[in-house]
Amino acid sequence: MTELLSFEKSRPAASPPRLPEADVKGLDPSQVLGPDLLRQKAPGLPQLSEPEIMRHYSRLASMNYSISEQFYPLGSCTMKYNPVVNEVAAALPGFAGLHPYQDEDTVQGALELMWRLERALCAVVGVERVTLQPAAGAHGEWTALRMISAYHHSRGDNRTEVLVPDSAHGTNPASAALSGFQVVEVKSGPDGRISLADLESKLSPRVAALMLTNPNTLGLFERQILDIAEMVHATGAMLYYDGANLNAFMGICRPGDMGFDAVHMNLHKTFTTPHGGGGPGAGPVGVKAELVPFLPTPTVERTNGHLKLDFKRPKSIGRVRSFYGNFGMLVRAYSYVVAMGGDGLTQASRDAVLSANYLRKQVENDLEMPHEGPCMHEFVASAQNLTHDGVKALDVAKALLDRDFYAPTIYFPLVVPEALMVEPTETESKANLDAFAAAIKEIVAEAKSNPQALHDAPQNLPVGRLDEVAAARRINAYLQGQSEDPVLRWKTPEK
Amino acid sequence: MPYLVHSEEDRASMLESIGVQSMDDLLVDIPQSLRIGSLDLPDGLSEYETMSQIASLAARNRVFPDRLTFRGGGVYRRFIPAAVAAVTSKPEFYTAYTPYQPEASQGTLQAIFEFQTLIAELTALDVANASLYDGATAVAEAAMMAHIHTGRNEVMVSGYLHPEYVEVLRAFCDGRGIKVRKGTEPGPKTAAVIFQQPDFLGLLVDAKTLTENAHAAGALAIACVDPISLAILSPPGEYGADIAVGEGQQLGLSPSYGGPHVGFISCRRELVRRLPGRLIGIAHDKQGRRGFVLALSAREQHIRREKASSNICTNHSLCALAASVYMTYMGPKGLRQVAEVSFKRAHVLAERLAALPGWEPAFPDRQFVNEFPMRVPKASAVVRKLARKGILGPIEVQRWFRELKGVVTFTCTEVNDARALDELLAALEA
Repeated sequence: MTELLSFEKSRPAASPPRLPEADVKGLDPSQVLGPDLLRQKAPGLPQLSEPEIMRHYSRLASMNYSISEQFYPLGSCTMKYNPVVNEVAAALPGFAGLHPYQDEDTVQGALELMWRLERALCAVVGVERVTLQPAAGAHGEWTALRMISAYHHSRGDNRTEVLVPDSAHGTNPASAALSGFQVVEVKSGPDGRISLADLESKLSPRVAALMLTNPNTLGLFERQILDIAEMVHATGAMLYYDGANLNAFMGICRPGDMGFDAVHMNLHKTFTTPHGGGGPGAGPVGVKAELVPFLPTPTVERTNGHLKLDFKRPKSIGRVRSFYGNFGMLVRAYSYVVAMGGDGLTQASRDAVLSANYLRKQVENDLEMPHEGPCMHEFVASAQNLTHDGVKALDVAKALLDRDFYAPTIYFPLVVPEALMVEPTETESKANLDAFAAAIKEIVAEAKSNPQALHDAPQNLPVGRLDEVAAARRINAYLQGQSEDPVLRWKTPEK
Repeated sequence: MPYLVHSEEDRASMLESIGVQSMDDLLVDIPQSLRIGSLDLPDGLSEYETMSQIASLAARNRVFPDRLTFRGGGVYRRFIPAAVAAVTSKPEFYTAYTPYQPEASQGTLQAIFEFQTLIAELTALDVANASLYDGATAVAEAAMMAHIHTGRNEVMVSGYLHPEYVEVLRAFCDGRGIKVRKGTEPGPKTAAVIFQQPDFLGLLVDAKTLTENAHAAGALAIACVDPISLAILSPPGEYGADIAVGEGQQLGLSPSYGGPHVGFISCRRELVRRLPGRLIGIAHDKQGRRGFVLALSAREQHIRREKASSNICTNHSLCALAASVYMTYMGPKGLRQVAEVSFKRAHVLAERLAALPGWEPAFPDRQFVNEFPMRVPKASAVVRKLARKGILGPIEVQRWFRELKGVVTFTCTEVNDARALDELLAALEA
């Protein structure tokens, strides 16, 4: 099944929607504005009737895999069930209808919600304060690094480097670079954990911070985290926590207690706000006391039950986003926290760890397990054992799609060849985990019996494997002026 | 417990399969000294109790009716067709991840490819990306593009750019050691001239001249635009701007206390490799069927790491989808009607307000579209008086611009019907 683009379906004769008339005697823009200010050529938006539009998007929706229909074991992405009541909460007119520049007295409920969510997140990760302003995880990373940078500067300490493990998410080095730091990579040891010897050799008075994910991207808890924290702090650097893997230990331990000074969280992972096919998310950042003065403005403050936005923070790094962050996502996350409570969040993490270890056990004889367990909330397997039959991690991923599963994260982390990173989460039943394991067994068997079938996968989806190399070639031709087909957008063919 | 699926029996049998006695055997890597007994949070609640608590918070907020909202400043009340929520509430869209497996994500990919095309058409530029967080970060990302492209270390903000956008721009630029300067005369160090059309006060700027001056200094011209105004106003591509950015909230998204909304960015062909974030392109499978894929990802953080053009990963896909549904629903004629109705009503309102004793246009020689500044006696009292009558009145811009004492900005759109204008005037005259 394919679906034409709205632009291809467009019919100039389609009647426009019925909209309010002006009902006042006003002049047309063309009577008021000079020709330089007026648009010469109408934008090429499609023209379709409402029934056609609704059919179009319904058909597009049916071409997606999603957590609502499929098991989505995408490692590091924590694709858990998105509670439907969260959507109802965020859509309440008392939230959705608020203008960001309303007076504080008229938005006390919204501010109270933000304040309570901040307190709850502080309790979960063990920090002093949290800013809710960053719009996504990478935005939170960058915000935290800006605060760390400001902290060092305030002490007259000009530090230029940030340490990032080789197993880290790509956003870590990118955020560090965007904050003006040089990135220095720290190697993982053979056990998949950060090499303390390598860390030692990279630490110096130039280092502003070490960015760490714990459990790391291999799903392994950094057992020596307290030693790492001590080493980092001894040089005057700060320890930054990438919260992508926070789902592993809520109620079990806290990054703040491990020695982390700044902690970002992904509300669209751990706190069930829907991922929306690529956002919006929210990436709050928690900090220990020494970083509190540098938090973005405004903060939400509460005195005697009255809430206000505090803009007067002289040491603040300023604003990182307009208004107060992705408020609608904050409502959803708060709804989740209230429904789950401390007991529920703890059980969620325990179940996430249980599910990952269970699934790991089910497939440990089918794929390679480069590191010893137990794992935390996710594990990284390798399809290296299939390569002598010519089968790669990519083939396994596509074959899973044909079996109605979304694929694990593949080829990440970079330190594992043919990596398949699997994160089942706590909201997938044992029966589904068993079905996934059975699919893996079937695929591994097929790698021997009929590898071509795996190379040809997927067969059951709207399109087969798409030739990204050819697409890139065509884009390059356009960018170099050798072609007029932009590939990155539709252009109505000229008649 | 809500949302959890394992029963106690499941848990026991899973532990047994793993070959361990208890959960503690799976948590052995966590040092005992770090273990906490429980979270310092109340126990969970039933759905009924959860919603009661949240609804009581919502009830502590005051929501002004659409038609009596005359406040803008970057977030506007507009008519949102029911089609928008009907599409964005489809779980196939809102519960999917970033489309890493294109064959299983064609719905999202095609919808966002359409979004890219819609934004490129609206701004009359060559290519748009898959979305950014908001208008403020879009301005900042565009400045980063200009810095990398020109190798220059200063950006110039011209005129009344949204003050919060300027703040975010400063935060981004501080990190990269780029200077933000206010002014109108770019020099040899200027990477870009950034202006807003219409500006924060609603006034139209001479975008063409600003663009020409930027180019004459070897700088890029970055236009921050109001998407709906582009149905009437000359778009950035027509006056030669290099990059267009903006806030897409007006394209079908509710105010929601400031977010989530959607930032957009488009540029000329020569700058496409500098674009931040996701880009979706056309590709074909072996059978020649057309599909859509994430393209040019060598610019991005997961490949380029510290050399990436931006750190953005998660963007605002679902909000971009909402904007696509909105623009598709409107079509060129609908969008123009919305823009024209807003324009006419705002001009009628401006005229009527100027007739009030002591009231006058703050910039009488300047044109506007549907947001405009008035100089009024006792601005704070005016706003308070309107609130008492259930009207969300104008913004006092002195909060950001000291020189604009007594200046307030009013906004008028298609939701402020003719009777609402009468009610506003009656409240002011009372």
